[in-house]
Amino acid sequence: MATIATTPVLPATTRTRRGHAERPSAFGTAILLLGVVYCLLPVVWVVMASTKNGSELFSTFTFAPSTHLLDNIVELTQYRGGLFWLWMLNTAIYAGVGALVSSLVSALSGYVLAKFDFPGKGVVFGILLMGVLVPSVILAIPQYFLLAQIGLTNTYWSVLLPQLISPYGIYLARIYAAAAIPTDVVEAARTEGAGELTTFFRIAIPMMAPGLVTIFLFQFVAIWNNFLLPYIMLGDDHLFPITVGLSGLLNQGATVPALYTLVITGALLSIVPLIILFLALQRFWRVDLAAGAVKA
Amino acid sequence: MTAVTQTAPRPAVAKRRRRDLRSRVLTPYAMLLPGIVLFLAFMAAPILYTVVLSLQTVKVEGLGLGPDSRSVVFAGLENYANSLADPEFGASVLRVFLYGLIVIPLMLGFALLFALLLDSKRSRATRFSRVAIFLPYAVPAVISSLLWGFLYLPSVSPFVFLANLLNVPVPNVLGPNLVMFAVANIAIWGGVGFNMIVIYTSLRAIPSDIYEAARIDGATEVQIAWRIKIPIVIPSLIMTALFSIIATLQVFAEPTTLRPLTNSLSTSWTPLMKVYRDAFTRNDIYSAAATSVLIAVGTFVLSFLFLRVVQRRAFGQED
Repeated sequence: MATIATTPVLPATTRTRRGHAERPSAFGTAILLLGVVYCLLPVVWVVMASTKNGSELFSTFTFAPSTHLLDNIVELTQYRGGLFWLWMLNTAIYAGVGALVSSLVSALSGYVLAKFDFPGKGVVFGILLMGVLVPSVILAIPQYFLLAQIGLTNTYWSVLLPQLISPYGIYLARIYAAAAIPTDVVEAARTEGAGELTTFFRIAIPMMAPGLVTIFLFQFVAIWNNFLLPYIMLGDDHLFPITVGLSGLLNQGATVPALYTLVITGALLSIVPLIILFLALQRFWRVDLAAGAVKA
Repeated sequence: MTAVTQTAPRPAVAKRRRRDLRSRVLTPYAMLLPGIVLFLAFMAAPILYTVVLSLQTVKVEGLGLGPDSRSVVFAGLENYANSLADPEFGASVLRVFLYGLIVIPLMLGFALLFALLLDSKRSRATRFSRVAIFLPYAVPAVISSLLWGFLYLPSVSPFVFLANLLNVPVPNVLGPNLVMFAVANIAIWGGVGFNMIVIYTSLRAIPSDIYEAARIDGATEVQIAWRIKIPIVIPSLIMTALFSIIATLQVFAEPTTLRPLTNSLSTSWTPLMKVYRDAFTRNDIYSAAATSVLIAVGTFVLSFLFLRVVQRRAFGQED
């Protein structure tokens, strides 16, 4: 409305307009940076704190670094014969293998639900979609009692198996399959005589690949994050993932404060690989919950 | 949409179509088998089992000694009645409700604000900010509770340090009055980045010529955000809100991890903590099952809306 009055010289309008729209806003940037400070505060703290020894932890200024990082890592490594690294390995197994198999199951189911017409399709999808709403945490306790009856609790299986099914993964896979795989391509493969599984592995999977990476990441983080399931299922601390292990260590720290440095150093070491994974795969975090389906 | 509208086919065609139909039905179900089996074993069966357990109870005869004195009997809705009447359960539900009232508006409010700022052409350092604010999502709830837990300790907290320098009294955030905010802060910290990315993704999907016109008319960035961008991302906001409600109802890891550092968190601080305690500390799986079912039903009621929105928006045109 007022543009013409303020910028009367017509040829310059485009430049002026963009210049106005893109003029840096110190206020907006400052708010963003405040958010950054808030989000990085605990991360910076854990980096600093893991360089301190037990007495410095509670006596020197919180964000003042010290020189004991290596000592702490050595001490943590020696704790009960390298138990910490076993926890890291277990976490990698649970999250890595679990997310890989889960993505494959999701991809297959999502592909079928998107590209096949068969009786009962709506019912199957509807039931699966209800599964999205069932918090996996609520399932953990009955899963424990069911697995206890076949003697599977306190094993790797008890943490791996329940997390292979991801209704949300199937839901996302269906969206990706519907958007990324043209039906003619599937039809053409069928006419050529390719088996359904061959079509899936050779044609569907490569076309869905970027979406599958997103599903993998989601499930990886979900398993890595899941505390209650391993907390309930496992009694043997050699099977613990890092979260349950560190939480137990913190619990003992209430009586043995020397363990606090180990907990803090362990916390730092445990988030480093995940942060690297995040930064490396950043472009796959396209999380469009509401309208994911419409983009082809 | 397949066979319903077609007229009766000739015999030879009918035979081929029958074979076709069989493969058309069997093949998809065979391919869905892994998903269906896992779903039945690890979602449907546990749910059914919980319902069955919730309707039973242990009956003790005599002094409760000897192998035959304890038997499992049908209890009807007794466990549900007990759960609902249990003041501890009521208190934990109320607590989670208040907790959600703190967490959800603040988390989504900040997520929306940051997403709009990232999307604004006038902000600087957006790439760095986006990564930094999203980073907490990579930190598991247990680890973030652990980090914040230490930062809450008066001997470690930088805020207490600052307050001491300025000679201002500081309240103990791990005390009984403020511990709710201490837990809420951890959830907000962990969730802002993820929700910001969700909202930001849907902001990026808006074609920019929509507000190019508004800019030509002299609208400010704030007006564009308020009048155009926010209304367009409302579906994303509804979605994130409902996911947040589901997550709030099952809060467990944060308070459980914080417990060693404070006396203000009881073993039944949240409904799920109470279920855990009943099932594993008190060995009363029957009432724990009833409480689980109540939590699940509560979750379902609250997320029913979610299902409708998702189905209409994502699949309305496809089926």
